[in-house]
Amino acid sequence: MNQIPNRQAICEVLMEKAAQDKDIVVLCCDSRGSASMTYFAQVFPDRFVEVGIAEQNLVGISAGLAKCGKKPFAASPACFLTTRSYEQCKVDVAYSDTNVTLIGISGGVSYGALGMSHHSAQDIAAMSAIPNMRVYLPSDRHQTRKLIEALLQDEKPAYVRVGRNPVEDIYEESDCPFVMNRAAVLREGTDGVLIACGEMVKPTLEAAQILAARQISVTVLDMYCLKPLDQEAIIRAAQNARAVVTAEEHSPFGGLGSMVAQVLGANCPRPMVNMSLPDEPVISGTSREIFDYYGLNAAGIAGQMETLLRRS
Amino acid sequence: MENLKALSYDLRKDVVDIIMEGKAGHIGGDMSVIDILITLYYREMNISLDNLEDPNRDLFVLSKGHAVEALYAVLASKGFLDLEEVKAGFSKFGTRYIGHPNNKLPGIEMNSGSLGHGLSVCTGMALAARMDRRTSRVYTVMGDGELAEGSVWEGAMAAGHYKLDNLCAVVDRNRLQISGSTEEVMSQDSQEERWASFGWHVISVPDGNDMDQLHRAFEEAGRTKGQPSVIIAYTVKGCGSPVMENQAGWHHRVPTAEEYQQIISDFAREKEACCHESNT
Repeated sequence: MNQIPNRQAICEVLMEKAAQDKDIVVLCCDSRGSASMTYFAQVFPDRFVEVGIAEQNLVGISAGLAKCGKKPFAASPACFLTTRSYEQCKVDVAYSDTNVTLIGISGGVSYGALGMSHHSAQDIAAMSAIPNMRVYLPSDRHQTRKLIEALLQDEKPAYVRVGRNPVEDIYEESDCPFVMNRAAVLREGTDGVLIACGEMVKPTLEAAQILAARQISVTVLDMYCLKPLDQEAIIRAAQNARAVVTAEEHSPFGGLGSMVAQVLGANCPRPMVNMSLPDEPVISGTSREIFDYYGLNAAGIAGQMETLLRRS
Repeated sequence: MENLKALSYDLRKDVVDIIMEGKAGHIGGDMSVIDILITLYYREMNISLDNLEDPNRDLFVLSKGHAVEALYAVLASKGFLDLEEVKAGFSKFGTRYIGHPNNKLPGIEMNSGSLGHGLSVCTGMALAARMDRRTSRVYTVMGDGELAEGSVWEGAMAAGHYKLDNLCAVVDRNRLQISGSTEEVMSQDSQEERWASFGWHVISVPDGNDMDQLHRAFEEAGRTKGQPSVIIAYTVKGCGSPVMENQAGWHHRVPTAEEYQQIISDFAREKEACCHESNT
């Protein structure tokens, strides 16, 4: 089992790149430990900015740094980064078009037992609704690395959500097909389509294996790019299938499921189920306990697809 | 040297003309802040159309973005914008000349308008200049009503913590906001003590519409090492015409035709008086 969380993969890429690129700057708000950025702060103290527990300031300062040619990565718990400083994300980053990468750490229900204040089940909806803001939820450490490398190649705003805990690998270091803003097709099938992002990709892939054992063949899309959404991949997969199930660690509104439903409704209507967190304060527990409780696991996803195919 | 006081009345007229054409605008705050902007652009800042690519040039963010008409007038007078284009376009359908600063326009660094953002952004700019050992100085102007925003104090805390002596903030202390007196809406005296407690060097300017007093304050800020400086400029909202002066109702208002004539004639009289002063 992999022991490297995606947040640490981000730090590793930034450490490597910062050795050659003096403009890479990391900012935290008393969150360097939880963001796995302590090592960056130690090695590059002149390029690490601590702003204290002040998320609005974190984003505003990042925008000012970016305006002057820096490449800031602002890392803070996703729950605070995306809603406490929402206006700075909207105005100072997206609207002013500054080259800020917002890293939402401990996203979703990573802080499961800490309650709704610490859950970020709205971040996809919130950040996607801002013009000029891109939204990414990479699924494993290898894809996270590729994504950060790609983001360093452009100068546009972006929000990246990662979880707190290590997640099992989807890809291998030497085999991680990555095209910016294109979903990764993990399996191809003809009965149904499973689409997931972030930590939901692994159980979705396992659900496909369960379904295969039951003679049901499904396509699996790793939709790490929520915005811009890979609409072509969705339509292409759905055209050859009878049903679609999406799985996400997010509120039922404005996340992956909502986006996929918009694309299907306009282009290729199919029966669909959106598996998500509920529209209520999420039960407390570890991420795994919470996922299991709401059926956001391989058995639950496979069961939803099976039921949907039977009905359609 | 140009007679900047005379210029200030010409630019005040430009502001009122922009507002008349657009049928909208924050006229009271424009009049209180315009002398600060003229002092910055004509006497303090190393910024011009020719040096926009110079990494060592100075940077400015109008945090009280609703006073954009005053910024438009000053930027037009410095050649960044075409005044007639501003007047024709301001607040019109599809215009670039909207009611808050828009960084698609030359000379405007950042979009603002939501209050309480400028200081944090400028803190980032000042940090960047320090990281790269550039000589740029960074300036922002905030309104006094704006200081109720908590984010202002997050920025103030960080700039003080990092001892950013290349950062200078100005508070346009006209003592009025849209609902009335700042002291009635949310009391804030004494600003001097508040900023000092955040580690800032505080400079009070008793007449914030006097460009010589402002210039001396900016010079003092430039000499101050080891901490950021804030200039509390005690200005007059609606400054330049008794029709508007010190009245909260002129926070956002378009003059009637009659008021326009009176305001313009007040500006002309004040301009003549200051030209007369400089000639005697």
